[in-house]
Amino acid sequence: MLKITDLHAGIEEKKILKGINLQIKAGEVHAIMGPNGSGKSTLASVLAGRESFEVTGGSVEFLGKDLLDMAPEDRAREGMFLAFQYPVEIPGVSTTNFIKTAVNETRKYRGQEPLDAVAFLKLMKERMKLVQIDQSLLSRSLNEGFSGGEKKRNEIFQMAMLEPKLAILDETDSGLDIDALRIVANGVNQLRSKDNAFLVVTHYQRLLEYIVPDFVHVLYNGRIVKSGTKELALELEEKGYDFIKNEILVAEQA
Amino acid sequence: MSKETIQYFSGLYTQTAPYAPALKAFSGKSMDDFSKWGLPGPKHEEWKYARVASLFRNDLKFSLEMPSVSASDIDPFRLPGNGSATELIFVNGLYSSALSAIRHTASDIVALSMEDAARADYGDFIAQNLGHSASYHPDGIHALNGAFAGKGLFLRVKKGRILEQPIYIYHVTDSRNGFPFAQPRSLVQVEDGAQVQIAEQYINIGGQDSFTNEVIEMVAGQDSVVDYYKIQNEGSLANHVGTTHIRQAGKCLTNAVTITLGGGMVRNNLNMIMESEHGESHMYGLYLLAGKTLVDNHTIVDNVMPHCFSNELYKGIMDDESTGVFNGKIFVRKDAQKTNAYQSNKNILLSEKASANTKPQLEIFADDVKCSHGCTVGRLDEEALFYLRARGISEQNARALLLHAFALDVLANIKHEGLRTYVDALISERLGFNI
Repeated sequence: MLKITDLHAGIEEKKILKGINLQIKAGEVHAIMGPNGSGKSTLASVLAGRESFEVTGGSVEFLGKDLLDMAPEDRAREGMFLAFQYPVEIPGVSTTNFIKTAVNETRKYRGQEPLDAVAFLKLMKERMKLVQIDQSLLSRSLNEGFSGGEKKRNEIFQMAMLEPKLAILDETDSGLDIDALRIVANGVNQLRSKDNAFLVVTHYQRLLEYIVPDFVHVLYNGRIVKSGTKELALELEEKGYDFIKNEILVAEQA
Repeated sequence: MSKETIQYFSGLYTQTAPYAPALKAFSGKSMDDFSKWGLPGPKHEEWKYARVASLFRNDLKFSLEMPSVSASDIDPFRLPGNGSATELIFVNGLYSSALSAIRHTASDIVALSMEDAARADYGDFIAQNLGHSASYHPDGIHALNGAFAGKGLFLRVKKGRILEQPIYIYHVTDSRNGFPFAQPRSLVQVEDGAQVQIAEQYINIGGQDSFTNEVIEMVAGQDSVVDYYKIQNEGSLANHVGTTHIRQAGKCLTNAVTITLGGGMVRNNLNMIMESEHGESHMYGLYLLAGKTLVDNHTIVDNVMPHCFSNELYKGIMDDESTGVFNGKIFVRKDAQKTNAYQSNKNILLSEKASANTKPQLEIFADDVKCSHGCTVGRLDEEALFYLRARGISEQNARALLLHAFALDVLANIKHEGLRTYVDALISERLGFNI
């Protein structure tokens, strides 16, 4: 589904990603872990098409197409979804109106008829249950005055509405208490299928207790330095990121 | 300005005589002031951006003869619910009772040409109130309108009448046979306890050069409520100078919403004269500009008496090479203690060549007042734009959604639902929202 080859990217003069290689297949859940500043969020942003980052080398193939060549909206319409670490507050645009526009533009891109008001409401009601989000919240301006937990639930709700092929969760666990984390993780787990895939970016192992990954990758200094199964996440939790740093130091000195 | 221009207008002025006695003094003084002052040039501080003199070209034609415009020419521009609203129509600045349709009863309103009203029972009121705005605008363009006030409209909303249906005033310029100069003049009296919604709409038939120089004065009585809407959506060849002057003769509530979506050079003056204690006024403005349009909004809140409240919010979105100007004056006179006056002007620039000029101007002579003002000029929030696009919304629609949201807190103050929907549709169309 996703094939990242030797991806280099940065912001202005600063190099952040220094050769990322990663393959994700349908039905898989991958976790990317790493210390602060390792490039986790940059990777998520570059994949979603945030224009402040410049790709300086490498390629990304998504469902057989050149992802880096596409505008952010086309990436979304092709089936990529980024759950933002910091969802943006937009006064004056209701979540309902926003998500309706997003759903129907995506349908149009795929050659489908737009959902009428009745069908849209039905879909919305159904997906609201997944993340236990309230109708009144969706009538309000997008994310405006929402708590941290409400914002993250809203992200997962949007994901449920858009039914992406690949969802990237960028530190979705940050700022969540345990109940909110459970609700969010539960929503994600219900959406998992053999046809879609997830890339979970996180600093902590905690989220991975609820969203159990098939593969765990450790990102350090702009590169994936170690890959393994979910046990790697536990090892990281136990030993801290220093153990990775030390391993690298040893390797470099050898 | 050339002598010829003054002679041109004074010749036409002489032709309009004799004026009704109630109009004579004011019109004569206006003509004298125009001859004395001429047109304001770019060195006039109040006219730095709106270069009005350049519009007085040789082909500009001011006529006191009613052009032949039919009701069907106006049909495409009528405001929503017009079938039950009163429609008062000016053509090239001349009030046309023939084209107008008064759909309120005679116990609700009186609508007459100024000349007829001045000769009827309304002469005293007209003589006392017409031209109150002149002292706020000591310039030739304002004076020039006054010289021909007799061709205008007198409107009275009668005591205690609460009008469900709005009063629409259409200003038609017929540009099919040359470059018309229109000078509509209105005097509106809202008597004690009356409530009315008045909307002005501007219509250029022919789509060629036109120039409207308008003055509308309103006198709002004790416990009255006036909702006033000015909707400007003309093409880039339509030029406009207009003054809306609202006096609070008794404690009352007056609201004004000015929406400008097009035009060539547009200058809007809006005055709220707070001359009764505990008066309240709200002024909202939205200007959404493209091409080379220049829109210059000048507002005045004059707090004469104590305990008045005023709130003002103007928002601008400028694209291409357009220019938005906002000048907001708040005067608090010596006796106007406990005044509360708020003002805010926010602008978004969408292109490198667009510009916004904003100038709050507070002159406070009382010592116990609360006044605040603020202005911002910025660009569209890139992070918000990315957020919307990352959900599959096209860049164009994402921009439209964000700009619509920006406009919303002005739009929401159009209380008449049909009118609000109408303006909202114009804005969405202009923003290019497309799904």
